[in-house]
Amino acid sequence: MFLQTLVTGLSIGGIYALMAVGYSLIFSVLSFSNFAHGAVIMLGAYIGLALATKLHLGLGLVAAGSVVGAGILSVCNERVAYAALRRRRAPSLYLMISAMGCSVFLENMVYATIGSRFYAFPEFFGRRVVSVGGSTLSLLDLFAFAVSIGAILALHLFITRTKMGIAIRAGVNDMTMCSLMGVNTDRLIAVVFFLAGAFAGVAGVFLGIRYFVYPTMGWVTNKAYIAAVIGGLGSLPGALIGGLVLGVLETLVSTYVSSVLRDVFSFTMLIALLIWLPNGLMGHETEDKV
Amino acid sequence: MYEVNVALLACVNMIAVLGLSVFTGFTGLFSLGHAAFVGIGAYASGVLTYHWNVPFFVALPAGMAAAGLSSLVIGIPTLRARLRSDYFAIAILGFGEALRVCLENLSLTNGARGLSVDNLSSPAWILGGLAFSLIVTRNFLKSRFGTMFVAIREDPVAAEMAGIDLFRARLLSLFVSAVLCGLSGALLAHRLAFIQPVMFTLTQSTQLLASVIAGGMGSISGPVIVAFVFTSLPEMLRALNMWRLPAYGLLLVLIMIYRPQGLLGYRELTGLFRFDRFRGRIP
Repeated sequence: MFLQTLVTGLSIGGIYALMAVGYSLIFSVLSFSNFAHGAVIMLGAYIGLALATKLHLGLGLVAAGSVVGAGILSVCNERVAYAALRRRRAPSLYLMISAMGCSVFLENMVYATIGSRFYAFPEFFGRRVVSVGGSTLSLLDLFAFAVSIGAILALHLFITRTKMGIAIRAGVNDMTMCSLMGVNTDRLIAVVFFLAGAFAGVAGVFLGIRYFVYPTMGWVTNKAYIAAVIGGLGSLPGALIGGLVLGVLETLVSTYVSSVLRDVFSFTMLIALLIWLPNGLMGHETEDKV
Repeated sequence: MYEVNVALLACVNMIAVLGLSVFTGFTGLFSLGHAAFVGIGAYASGVLTYHWNVPFFVALPAGMAAAGLSSLVIGIPTLRARLRSDYFAIAILGFGEALRVCLENLSLTNGARGLSVDNLSSPAWILGGLAFSLIVTRNFLKSRFGTMFVAIREDPVAAEMAGIDLFRARLLSLFVSAVLCGLSGALLAHRLAFIQPVMFTLTQSTQLLASVIAGGMGSISGPVIVAFVFTSLPEMLRALNMWRLPAYGLLLVLIMIYRPQGLLGYRELTGLFRFDRFRGRIP
């Protein structure tokens, strides 16, 4: 029972981590909270759903389509809603408001055009389980966890080993300096948004398979923001650890205490953490700089 | 009578928008959860009049106090001077959701089915509440504190250099805005005579935020006018109800790109007729 709960928690935590990584990536480069991230996740799930139910593709192609689709959407989102603000160096409050506007717009456009119906993905895993030491683990949980960890590891390699990755890290440090060194910052930011969108696409498909696909499913990014704060805003390893910690603790609470209290617990944890560990587990100093 | 009801409802919304205007418009902090304070005001006063028959003139301040206290609970950990304001935006998002879960599961609030309270907010109460809020907001923002808030909005670091305690000033701004939202909630509950947890979610917070942004940050009259339009216009255009929220979202993005100062940014309605009007810096 405990092992089963732990694996479910890790699998949910992996999905939180996928969302938190994309959010953290954008936060570390543009230093604003991208509240449209949830809408991109939701649209990624709808793209995956369309591919799975209309074209009857397998899980691999569905995920790939969703990754590319959500990535492109995320880049378009940046071009339309943030690029103009970014170029005139508007305060981050304006970017946050614009992001919220995008989120409300996209969510309600889906609501107005596709409708508020709950859709389910076709059963990719059925109810197949793996038995380990007397407890049964769902194949979906194990797969989701493995893919999340794999994807985040790949991102880590990309950021630390490639030329573009070095440029991104330089941009996180100082965007103006980075641009003086000959980096095309517009392209750099497009790559960052594509990566964040791609991760949102994977998260959307997994969320859709695990639960349902509906217009307000993006609200679950609340948890991703909390996970990012737990790990330390703007830190990628922090986002991974924060997501896993939050997923496991939440699942433990809903299994052993009460499933109703799950969301209240996450929020209380955020407040407690902000009091005692304001920079998160892996965070650096998070003061506003001059 | 229908028109009068819509106008009174608009007045109730205007009070909440005034509250958010103090926080977002004047202090420059982002909030997606002020509907939670409206909800706390509504439920605190509603539970008092429903379960214990407390008179309205006691329940109303109690709702305001409950909203104010809850703002301290969330404000103190998240607004601490050296933390980024993003923490507040994230925490209040979670706060709104957690509050909704609590309201839906407590027996005191009658859960998701909602609470039927008595219709106690007469037009006099509502107009009195609006006048009270307008006077308080105007005087408060003309005081030393209002100047501090504007300084923080324009440049927190410079404001701190000038000797402003960022944490205290931001917390005070949040407290005042939450109290006004609580007043709006208490009036709303006893006007509609029915409250439900789903009335105080992100959708409602977005509408408040859209009013403040479209009306103009750093203005009192702008958001108030827009709040009136935003409440009464959908009533006239019932057929287009479904497109109201996409329109709000699009409006937020377009305003940020093309006219970040909003309708009356950094100005007041009265100032439009003077030649020596103050034009604020628009970043």
